[in-house]
Amino acid sequence: MSNPNINWAAIDADPKFQALHRKKTIFLWGLMIFSTVYYFLLPIGAAYFQDLYKIKVWGVVNVGILFALSEFVVAWVIAFVYSKKANAEFDAMAQDIINDIQKNGAR
Amino acid sequence: MSKSYQQFMLAAIALLGCSVAYAAGGAVADEFKWMTFTVFGVIIAITMAITVWASKTTHSTSEFYAAGRSVSGIQNGWAIAGDYLSAASFLGIAGLISLYGYDGFMYSVGWLVAYITVLLVIAEPCRNIGKYTMGDILAFRNDPKKTKVVAALSTITVSTFYLTAQMVGGGVLIKTLIGIDYEISIIGVGILMLAYVVFGGMKATTWVQITKAVLLVMASILLVILVWSPYGFSFPAYLQAVVGDSKVQAQVAKLLGSAAATMTPEELGQRFLEPGLFLKNPIDQISLGMALVLGTAGMPHILMRFFTVPTAQAARTSVIWAMGIIGGFYVLTLFLGTGAAMLVGSAKIVSIDAGGNMAGPLLAQYLGGGENSMLGNFMLAFVAAVAFATIVAVVAGLVLAAASAMAHDIYVGVIRGDHATPQEQVIAARVSSVIVGVIAITVGILAKGQNVAHLVALAFAVAASSNLPAVFLTLYWKKCNTTGIILGMVVGSLTAIGLVMISPNMTYPQAVAKAANKVLNGEPAAPAKDAVPAQERSSFMCELFALDGCKLAAPAKPAEAAKDAKLGTLEKLVTLQAKLADTADAAEKKKVQDEIAKVQKAQDKAQADLKKVEGQTTSIMGLEKPFFLLKNPGLISIPLGFLLVIFGSLFTRDKRAEEMWDELYVRQNTGINAEAASAH
Repeated sequence: MSNPNINWAAIDADPKFQALHRKKTIFLWGLMIFSTVYYFLLPIGAAYFQDLYKIKVWGVVNVGILFALSEFVVAWVIAFVYSKKANAEFDAMAQDIINDIQKNGAR
Repeated sequence: MSKSYQQFMLAAIALLGCSVAYAAGGAVADEFKWMTFTVFGVIIAITMAITVWASKTTHSTSEFYAAGRSVSGIQNGWAIAGDYLSAASFLGIAGLISLYGYDGFMYSVGWLVAYITVLLVIAEPCRNIGKYTMGDILAFRNDPKKTKVVAALSTITVSTFYLTAQMVGGGVLIKTLIGIDYEISIIGVGILMLAYVVFGGMKATTWVQITKAVLLVMASILLVILVWSPYGFSFPAYLQAVVGDSKVQAQVAKLLGSAAATMTPEELGQRFLEPGLFLKNPIDQISLGMALVLGTAGMPHILMRFFTVPTAQAARTSVIWAMGIIGGFYVLTLFLGTGAAMLVGSAKIVSIDAGGNMAGPLLAQYLGGGENSMLGNFMLAFVAAVAFATIVAVVAGLVLAAASAMAHDIYVGVIRGDHATPQEQVIAARVSSVIVGVIAITVGILAKGQNVAHLVALAFAVAASSNLPAVFLTLYWKKCNTTGIILGMVVGSLTAIGLVMISPNMTYPQAVAKAANKVLNGEPAAPAKDAVPAQERSSFMCELFALDGCKLAAPAKPAEAAKDAKLGTLEKLVTLQAKLADTADAAEKKKVQDEIAKVQKAQDKAQADLKKVEGQTTSIMGLEKPFFLLKNPGLISIPLGFLLVIFGSLFTRDKRAEEMWDELYVRQNTGINAEAASAH
């Protein structure tokens, strides 16, 4: 499986790769934690804050329904934000690293 | 070769055709059944044409397991949606909303949020590292033979649980919809699915899923337009009509019981849009939420879909599309469910299927013009055919996942030590598919009438407690190694299975007998009860296990008035028969006869239940009542799975796992040396 022509440890130590790793880690964990917390607020709220969910805000539409619908919107926004960032930034950084390897040949 | 396909196709159509003869009963009236079978025939013909086309480019292993990695991101997104929107989620959630309102909708949210985990941490690294199976990902830096055996066992376990639930659910569904015998529908589903998988491999499976997802979404959009347009597409005006409907109010009153006595009709209707009618235990919901959010990313048939696209970028695109389609579908389901509650009414929905699964199909029939109209029955036929296509497509994906674990991981990877010729590998893949398919059909038939509700929960719980910790920590934690993976996967899955075996999901004969006797013999009059103050639970453990001396938390109960005795069906039938003899009026007579048929049905069911548990006092685990109180074990088994991977890895050293870390980490982030698309 391993390709003997590529020095993986050297790439790993490359500041460019380290920068990609750092950026990705912070960004992904941030999104992941936010989405998990936001999701679990829904069942917890439904169990312990029923009075809040019952407040009518738009005709018969209450806070609970809007909150549940917002879960969908938030999921889509997270997907959009991630893909935008990955397409614009992470892919370019990864491509830069790949180009370096090809330019320098086997290291 | 193409001749054998034609024969297969003819055989499949003939099989379904001859079953028309047996098909009496079901939601579709007999005189309209030909329409259902025509739509079935058209869908089968389309999918068979796909299979013939796909088989022309399915020769190598990469083509068989991964469609030559030539599926585009958008196509794969539709296929993931097709894989995921099983009959349970497309008929089941609409049913839950139609019966329980808000809680049903809330339940659907977790199924979408699950894809955030897939998108952020699983899809792209798996595409960059993996080849065909989950075992490939784990074997990258861990001991290949050992991890492949464990990964394959876990894959086969999860797939079999899910597969059995789909088969049994599908058989019952087809019987309820059109009255085809259970065994015949299982065999029909099995043969069709095997034809797709064996001849067309992943390419045919993918396109069957895409076709089905497109049909499902189109049908749902049409129904929602019909439901919503009378209200000028205004959301509040539509929901106002829902809560103002007397059938909805009656359903809420029924669910609330004596508490409804003091509420106005408006309050009852509004209650339909508030939480707490169905999901009563928040801890169980959090446990289910954990299993969904982490289990979806560990489902082998979902993981496998990421090997079909050419690049990690395409894997990303496919999850985004899948999230759009799946989420959009669940929002549509809110309208389908509430629409069915308002237009069809819960009484009618439950009369055909107690779980509410018929809400969507019955709504389609109503919107087309009702029971006796041509268009109404055409729409019902169409939805029924989509349901059938759904079952076949989901089962095909699962069989492919299980077969790949069996052939690629166990046979090629372990038994042949990765030295099988390409031709041998493809033969192994096809033979394994047939074996898994035959097992699926057999298990499906043997499990007739069995309680399979726990199997879906189990599949997600095992995937979340065993597969996900292993894949996640292999990809992201430098110290992770073979011992940790094996320990975590074995203990995680066994804990999940063990807890479900002692959970309320299983059948407890004493409870079944008690409920059945209540139906048959009625209930004695109950004296008035004093108000009960709220009770605090004794400890958190008491929420999870039925320990000695535990008190569960309970809200304060108001005083209850004395209740009259309720008649059992045995007595009811006698009085109704007497009433029938006394009645001369034809209309009145018909009403009494309908009532008798309803009571008789309830009585038959209760007697069948009694017979099933006759002579038993304990569940198959020897318990009289559940010891573990949650329906979903995720809350305990998922953290345990993660912990044991971590412990196992910290206490042992594995040189290969450490040496391969740099390569794995660089490759998963850059896509260097990732499996390339084949020439097709």
